[in-house]
Amino acid sequence: MDDLLLARSLFGTTMAFHIIFATLGVGLPLMILIAELLFQRTKDRDYALMAKRWTKGQAILLGVGIPTGTIAGVQLSLLWPGFMEVVGKVISLPFQIEIFAFFLEALFMSIYVYAADRLSPRMRIVSVLLVLLGATASAVLITNVHAFEGTPAGFRIENGRIVDVDPWAAFFNPSFFVTAGHVTVSAYMTGAFAIASVAAYKMLKEKAAGRAYQFHQKALLMGLIVGGTFSLLTALNGHESAQYLHRYQPEKLAAAEGLFETQPYAPLVIGGFTDPETREVKYGLEIPWLLSFLAGNRFDEVVVGLNDFPQEFWPPLFVHTLFNAMVGIGCLLILVGFVGFAWKKMLKRDRFPRWAMWLFAASGPLAMLGIEFGWIFACTGRQPWVIYRTMLTADAATKSEGLGLLFVLFTGIYVLLGAATVLVFRSYFRRHPLPLDNPTGEASNNP
Amino acid sequence: MTDTVIAITLLWIFVIIYSVAASFDFGAGFWSMVYLNHKQTKATSIANRYLSPSWEVTNVFIVLIVVGLVSFFPGATYKLGTVLLLPGSLVVLLILLRSAFMIFSHLVNKYDKALNIVSGVTGLIVPALLISVLPITQGGFIETADGAERLLLGDLILSPHGLSYIGLAVSSTLFLSSLLLADYSFVANEQRAFAVYRRDAMLLGPLTLLMAVLTFVTMEHAAPWLYDNLWRYLPWLIASAGCFFIGYTALLLPQQKRFLVHLPRIAVISIVVQYLLASYAYGAAHLPYIVYPDVTIESGFTHPNTFRALFASYLVGFAILTPGFLYFWRLFMTDNRYLRQ
Repeated sequence: MDDLLLARSLFGTTMAFHIIFATLGVGLPLMILIAELLFQRTKDRDYALMAKRWTKGQAILLGVGIPTGTIAGVQLSLLWPGFMEVVGKVISLPFQIEIFAFFLEALFMSIYVYAADRLSPRMRIVSVLLVLLGATASAVLITNVHAFEGTPAGFRIENGRIVDVDPWAAFFNPSFFVTAGHVTVSAYMTGAFAIASVAAYKMLKEKAAGRAYQFHQKALLMGLIVGGTFSLLTALNGHESAQYLHRYQPEKLAAAEGLFETQPYAPLVIGGFTDPETREVKYGLEIPWLLSFLAGNRFDEVVVGLNDFPQEFWPPLFVHTLFNAMVGIGCLLILVGFVGFAWKKMLKRDRFPRWAMWLFAASGPLAMLGIEFGWIFACTGRQPWVIYRTMLTADAATKSEGLGLLFVLFTGIYVLLGAATVLVFRSYFRRHPLPLDNPTGEASNNP
Repeated sequence: MTDTVIAITLLWIFVIIYSVAASFDFGAGFWSMVYLNHKQTKATSIANRYLSPSWEVTNVFIVLIVVGLVSFFPGATYKLGTVLLLPGSLVVLLILLRSAFMIFSHLVNKYDKALNIVSGVTGLIVPALLISVLPITQGGFIETADGAERLLLGDLILSPHGLSYIGLAVSSTLFLSSLLLADYSFVANEQRAFAVYRRDAMLLGPLTLLMAVLTFVTMEHAAPWLYDNLWRYLPWLIASAGCFFIGYTALLLPQQKRFLVHLPRIAVISIVVQYLLASYAYGAAHLPYIVYPDVTIESGFTHPNTFRALFASYLVGFAILTPGFLYFWRLFMTDNRYLRQ
């Protein structure tokens, strides 16, 4: 591997690991907030218990999420010093404001977790709300920098010098809102399906329809309804994201769809593999005219193909598969949410069939896979640029040596911590089973 | 004050706040390990009670410093980012391990010991690595080969100057944290823990002073430009030493006495002021260089438009967050229900 690929692999591994925790860290507070609100409304203690247990889960995730986020932030400067020089001059605002959001989240998370018993119900809800606000704002602001990389604005480079800097124009770059919206709603969706997954899995293991079963069923239904709603929003927003690609980064869309010829009435190809030799997608399912319609809301919309660009500026062609996988998972999840809702509320059935339960149990991991595919697609599809048509990734990378060792070290630690997180989850919740006979709370009050 | 001076002042303030807060934090982890087997003194539980809510907030400051450096001085980021690849990566890796295991050890008591050791040992290594940034910025440890810059880490660690910095970092971490924990256990009315931490602070105090003097003396050879500059701030250094003696005396006096506040609090405050004064002298003497001799605060500065926007965001951000901080402080640092639980 050359140094550039090593640097990308190292940073990519950090991000791939961090976004698991970051996404759940944005999604879970929403579920905790909803549970707290439902408890205040219905006075059903099960919801208070849910909020409490999910908060424990959130605390475990934060133990890894906060430091990996710190690593990501520090690694940006260590691995991409050239890129961060531009960031510092042009797009440092979101990073700066993100810290305040992060502070807000960390402060009120500490307050909510460690001082829960000393807070009034209103203050508890306010605390969770501020945690949710801080977490969401963090996600939005970091995505802001990602959006800037795809649709840079607010500066020019003249003879290698950065001039005409307008930090707010860079902040409100064209794809900011649509990209940030995508990250936010998909994180809410993933948090909800993660809850649904655990609940469904527990229900599959509970034989009798006892108290525990009912408890998990409430959580499952909540997860499915919230998850289904946000998966629909994710899809609507995703459609808009694709139209933005059509307007601002046509070669990324072309690579995602495996389109080589620039044409009106362009077909949408689902599945298959892009072959750079024959310049076509093999073994894909072709739907005529659809791509043009999706990109521009009309069948005669001209969609630009990869042939219009020099091959050295093509994104890697495997992004077609990543894109398909992301969209496929998203569509499946809408269906999952709908099945859960329809079965319960429209057919008024009491129990879900077993196949549906397994589907629900798979929804959380599937959503997370969708997030991973989406991020890899979004960042790999921008290559070879780190800032679209302005700075090459190769020019931004560090010139230091020893990246191989660091890659091995970091990857090893991530594997170790991932395993430790799973173990801690299992051991904690095994030692703290649902205290349903004693609804006042768990036996141990230790955080 | 020019924009560049405002920016470097803000950044330096963050660095100092982080150094003090992180010393408390890392040191508390270390003490919690050391006194693990002394259940009767409650020294470990006192350390953990301080650590639980505070480490996350401390952690945020690392990001604040990195982002502050990147956004105010992108020119310095390039150079520092390149040469700090190895030590910087090690620091964040260790912090990751430490934070994760700290959270885990609270939830799963089974591995308490092993986890406490991870948090204790990293608590000493991280400050030693972090402080290496200072001698690096003083010049002499960066080599340029084939257009790429490289850190001479071996030379740095083995030089007398580098070693005395490491000694200063480790002893200060332990001194500051034992002092704070002494105060904390005094307020929590834990007499035995208080006695233990007071003794530690009394032993470590003179050691930190010795290390500071060693660092200063070895600087004459390692970074003569900074050494000469520092002499111009002699009054600040003398005032700093004066604060040390006030704080140390407060520690030695019989502890039943009160002068406005209880004595351990006076000791903490004077020692923190001591570090502030010394840090000011060091920071001011370091100007105009960020990384000697290539990067100055002028050459590394961000675009003026960006600086203005950033400055506005700082004002708004801190105005919004200050009430949150105060609330946090009241809940954990002064609420007796928490301290004496």
